[in-house]
Amino acid sequence: MSTDEEIHKHTIAVLVDDEPGVLARVIGLFSGRGYNISSLTVAEVDIDANLSRITIVTSGTEMVIEQIKAQLSRLVPVHRVSDLTLEGPHVERELALVKVVCVGEKRVESLRIADIFRARAVDSTNESFVFEIVGDTGKLDAFIHLMAPLGLTDIARTGIAAIARGREAI
Amino acid sequence: MDEPALNGSEIMLKALVDQGVEVIFGYPGGAVLPLYDAMFQQNSIRHILVRQEGGAVHGAEGYARSTGKVGVVLVTSGPGATNAVTGLTDALMDSIPIVCITGQVPTHLIGNDAFQECDTTGITRPCTKHNYLVKDVNDLARVVHEAFHVARSGRPGPVVIDLPKDVALAAGLYVEPSEVAEAEQKKYHPRVHGDPDRIKQAVDLIASAKKPIFYCGGGVINSGPAASQLLTQFVRLTGYPCTLTLMGLGAFPASDSQYLGMLGMHGTYEANHAMHDCDVMVCVGARFDDRITGRLDAFSPNSKKIHIDIDPSSINKNVKVDIPIIGDVANVVEAMIKVWKSSKAKPDQRALKAWWKQIEAWKSIDCLKYDQSGDLIKPQYAIERLYELTRAHDDVFITTEVGQHQMWAAQYFRFDKPNRWMTSGGLGTMGYGLPAAMGVQVAHPDALVVDISGEASFLMNMQELSTIGQYRLPVKVFILNNFYMGMVRQWQELLHGGRYAESYMDSLPDFVKLADTFNMVGLRATKPGEVDDVIKEMLAVDQPVILDMQIDPAENCFPMIPSGSAHNEMLLGPDDKAEQPVSEDGMVLV
Repeated sequence: MSTDEEIHKHTIAVLVDDEPGVLARVIGLFSGRGYNISSLTVAEVDIDANLSRITIVTSGTEMVIEQIKAQLSRLVPVHRVSDLTLEGPHVERELALVKVVCVGEKRVESLRIADIFRARAVDSTNESFVFEIVGDTGKLDAFIHLMAPLGLTDIARTGIAAIARGREAI
Repeated sequence: MDEPALNGSEIMLKALVDQGVEVIFGYPGGAVLPLYDAMFQQNSIRHILVRQEGGAVHGAEGYARSTGKVGVVLVTSGPGATNAVTGLTDALMDSIPIVCITGQVPTHLIGNDAFQECDTTGITRPCTKHNYLVKDVNDLARVVHEAFHVARSGRPGPVVIDLPKDVALAAGLYVEPSEVAEAEQKKYHPRVHGDPDRIKQAVDLIASAKKPIFYCGGGVINSGPAASQLLTQFVRLTGYPCTLTLMGLGAFPASDSQYLGMLGMHGTYEANHAMHDCDVMVCVGARFDDRITGRLDAFSPNSKKIHIDIDPSSINKNVKVDIPIIGDVANVVEAMIKVWKSSKAKPDQRALKAWWKQIEAWKSIDCLKYDQSGDLIKPQYAIERLYELTRAHDDVFITTEVGQHQMWAAQYFRFDKPNRWMTSGGLGTMGYGLPAAMGVQVAHPDALVVDISGEASFLMNMQELSTIGQYRLPVKVFILNNFYMGMVRQWQELLHGGRYAESYMDSLPDFVKLADTFNMVGLRATKPGEVDDVIKEMLAVDQPVILDMQIDPAENCFPMIPSGSAHNEMLLGPDDKAEQPVSEDGMVLV
């Protein structure tokens, strides 16, 4: 078969009924069929209509990505599946809380880097900071990489939230 | 709002009646006592008491597959639910509409490891099309109606409703199916009409084919009897050859001259070679399963492929196709016939003649021939005689277990109508056939129902003999007894140097005496000359029968595509195997 065997990363947005077990259904589908999840976020987006939005970053060959979308679409509580990577330009953002424990020169350096990355200190003690940083995955990775030698001790990341550019909605 | 409040159990029963349910296969227990109490006080629904919950689901599968209706199961919490899991998975793999109601411990005990508690919705999530845990009695009627809608719409499948005992006893309000129909449609509405442009493209491609083949499966049967008629009409209009999958047997008449027999691992030589060499393949309601395709990179390498399926996830799953059409088979084929007629399609008759000539050459190999000259009964002969001697019956329903006997039944019993063949195709569940036959007989009390079985599979669910006895269901159990798990032994012979690890069936019961203890008729044949007589005797009695047909224990199932091989690398018989050792890649496949 001469199918495209190259592996590509896709960001997929899924609009689902906010009901018990719906996340387990989606995650179980990925693990049961051997698909990969590199990031997953979920939260309620419409309280009146009882809808949640799941953003999944996954990777696979073209055939696998098509399968993932088809398998997601046939789950009963799934309303819409949107492949943001295929459907035109979109914005991806992730938030991280990064704890750095340090004193002296390292403390000054960490603040300087935070300033460059437009990260905010949301907690501070005499020997630690918690920085909040928002951006795409690459920016967060770079920030964390620079903080590592300065006393990085703890990281919490939200995973990616993504939305299409322009006026089209899911 | 003047309606008297019903309790959850009464709401459940009312909803089932409104969904047209006539029969439930079930087994009581602590968590479902309120439901059984409500059932005791009504006469609309008949309950069939099975002997193990696994039998209930397979019984409901047989009922559903032979009628086109939704099969309904009622089991208790904990072990009741876990015993149903195999049947639910079986129904999911073979797209059988089932609604399975499971009892649950009361809501305030959920999560406390209560007696007979298990996480039923968690356990059954991957083996159902959808499932529900009903925590509010006022949701119950809506959930039941929705469950039936989900089970039977689109690609059918099993749906579980988990009902805590306190909800079954709480008072609530009933809603009619019509009151929730619109919401159901909004929530779950599979596409049933094919895209007209794609249909036009497909018909043009079909008309231009020089070496075409129709490859059709269980989706045709799930689409309803009209789909089989339309498919038959279309295949005859084209004059093209047609092959069926294991699940599709009966979707196109086996007696038709355009029929090539079943395809796949134990399919016919002509069907598999035609699949390999064709230039246009029309796949209707089948899913390119590994038992069909053989080695994927050698599967029908030079063909353009059209795939009609109601489930978008079946498209391009294993095999990339050129023209996918999402829709219900009956609708799509009907539209294709219209386009075919209006476009006055004229296939290339010269090419078609040459193609049929090639097919006739493959047919002349006579891949299903066997030699019934010795003293031992050949299984092929036994099934051929069963087929011949039952042809006079109005309606014959065949179920099978899983293994060699299943493949021989598929090869030698011939079906001209849909819904007459019940087998576990996707999951391959040994022990399916006996309870399925029970379910078929419940649905068709006057029809001839035969479970073509093997002695090993039969033992897996033989507790249902007791159910068959209780309801006086005249099921015929036709055991091809070779004293082995035959298919396991065949693979050990072909792949593992003939080391028959744990595949010999020692200490078998005396099946004739066994029949006697269940008030059934027991029969036995050990010589070819006895075959006709015992079959005639089996058909003559109006009682359940166990027939112990003791066959040649060494016989293997051919033709065969060894695992990891291509369609044109079939083994025709035992003499073939020395030349073509199975590859290492093939060894790891099942």
